[in-house]
Amino acid sequence: MDVLLQLIVNGVIAGGNYALAAIGYTMVYGILKFINFAHGSVAMVGAYAAFVLATSALHVPMVPAFFLAVLFTAVLGVLIEKAAYKPLRYAPKLAPLTTAVAVSFVLDAAVMILVGTEIKTYAVPFEVYSIGPVFITSIQVIVIVASLVLMVGLHLLLSRTRLGKAIRAVADDLDLSEVAGINTNFTISAVFAIGSALAAASGILIGLDSNLQPTMGFLITVKAFAAVVLGGLGNVYGAIVGGFIIGLVENLGVWYIPPVWKNSIAFGILILGLLIRPTGLFGSKDNTGGVLQ
Amino acid sequence: MTEIVLHLLIIVAIYAILSISLNLMTGTTGLFNLGLASFYGLGAYSSALLAKAGAPFLAALLGGIIISMLMALLISLPTLQLVGDYLAVVTMGLGEITRSVFKNWVDLTGGFMGLRNIPKASLFGYQLQSRMEYLIFAVVVLILTYFFMERLLGSPFGRVLRAVREDEMAAQAIGKNTFKFKLWSMLIGSGIAGLAGALFAHYIGVISPADFVMWLTFFIFLIIMFGGLGNNLGAIVATILFVLGREGLRFVGLPASISAPLQQILFGLLLIFATIYLPKGLIPERTQRVKPVGD
Repeated sequence: MDVLLQLIVNGVIAGGNYALAAIGYTMVYGILKFINFAHGSVAMVGAYAAFVLATSALHVPMVPAFFLAVLFTAVLGVLIEKAAYKPLRYAPKLAPLTTAVAVSFVLDAAVMILVGTEIKTYAVPFEVYSIGPVFITSIQVIVIVASLVLMVGLHLLLSRTRLGKAIRAVADDLDLSEVAGINTNFTISAVFAIGSALAAASGILIGLDSNLQPTMGFLITVKAFAAVVLGGLGNVYGAIVGGFIIGLVENLGVWYIPPVWKNSIAFGILILGLLIRPTGLFGSKDNTGGVLQ
Repeated sequence: MTEIVLHLLIIVAIYAILSISLNLMTGTTGLFNLGLASFYGLGAYSSALLAKAGAPFLAALLGGIIISMLMALLISLPTLQLVGDYLAVVTMGLGEITRSVFKNWVDLTGGFMGLRNIPKASLFGYQLQSRMEYLIFAVVVLILTYFFMERLLGSPFGRVLRAVREDEMAAQAIGKNTFKFKLWSMLIGSGIAGLAGALFAHYIGVISPADFVMWLTFFIFLIIMFGGLGNNLGAIVATILFVLGREGLRFVGLPASISAPLQQILFGLLLIFATIYLPKGLIPERTQRVKPVGD
């Protein structure tokens, strides 16, 4: 029983991170109807940006390093969109997918050269608290609080602001929004900025919770996508729920199967989800965004 | 020196077969298969294991093809009824899973150390000893694959595949069961990828999970994008250019820890450039001219 509680806590923490990564993924899909394969690598770059700030000669404390890295990654996300996706907005669907994969390889390799391929940690000192039988580190508390704050912030942005309204309109119909006078290019840039910022946050929080590797982006991509599919492509709130489900199942699964297969669990959920309910848990025929034939 | 040249030519032949395989799935049918390396790896491991268990060479090769096709069937059934995006991520995940199986099912696959002493190829009792003999064999397989594919793509079947790529709904509207066509494209393509993997395993003699990383899939993608999507002759020319080009980069003299990622950046930027500015590739797919009626 104690082990079960501990696994649930670990699952919620991992789930919060996956949910953050999944939000950016699903928002880009909602707007441009294409899967941004580079999303995980963008998250990885964010994590490394914070690492470089915090550990190099600069020695920026972790909290400002977090925000600077998030800002840097948001700008990077906007630039990537302008360089690699925007010229292909009306090209066959295969084209932006291809450049996204290429971007992810370029980002991974750039980090390998600049920082190295070894596993890194932020080496942030932490305390361990025990709540009854469950152990939780101060870092994990920060991780879960930060991910919840960011999700609530995103909800407020989407539901209460003018920009949020524009994003929802563009996601609904890009051409119609343009006709209605919405600056669609700006809105798309904003989505990439927000999505990349959240990806960076998730990358840093995952790094705080475990460690950093240049190849971590790939796993983030697959897990975030599994979360997105569970929640229904293009559905932000579905992606959050999907992220928590993936985190929980993955950590509870360790009870039954050897940990080396842990990363395969998200993939198994993805396949099962596609077989049983391809529109996702909350997907209806209306908001599949042209996903189904 | 000649041994190096022969080695590179064998790799060119194997990668050309792999390019033809991806060109069928992605170039002709428009299915974004990011798991090419795992079908290639499944063919390699299955064929190697069968041969080690005592199966004759050609039977082992066939076994590798069949296992790859079975995996393609498993992956295709849930994903092909949805739009292409799902297939892309599922095959990308598959790549990681198969590598994880190769790495962790130590009793069968030898773990990260891989499989050793894979039996050499032998045809009807004659063992292919030298590199030259294997090169001839690999080129013959390449030529057979090429002509098989040209026949296939020139047939009504091939026309439906291109129709699916251009506009799936239109193909459905004229009564084609597009799911069935996409499924066959995946099965044949993956089978050929498995064949390429088996050829690689019996040539190289030692295989490990590191031989089947996603980078390989990406490399073949670059090749077919440059060669011209849907054009197999272009794919073969591009394979020669890129395999030799990659080898040339190796002699620049940088340490491996820098040169490998540098190559990745260079090829990545090249792919972005090609996708935006060279969408039809070096040699565009031949299109059949249709005379306007009544002209």
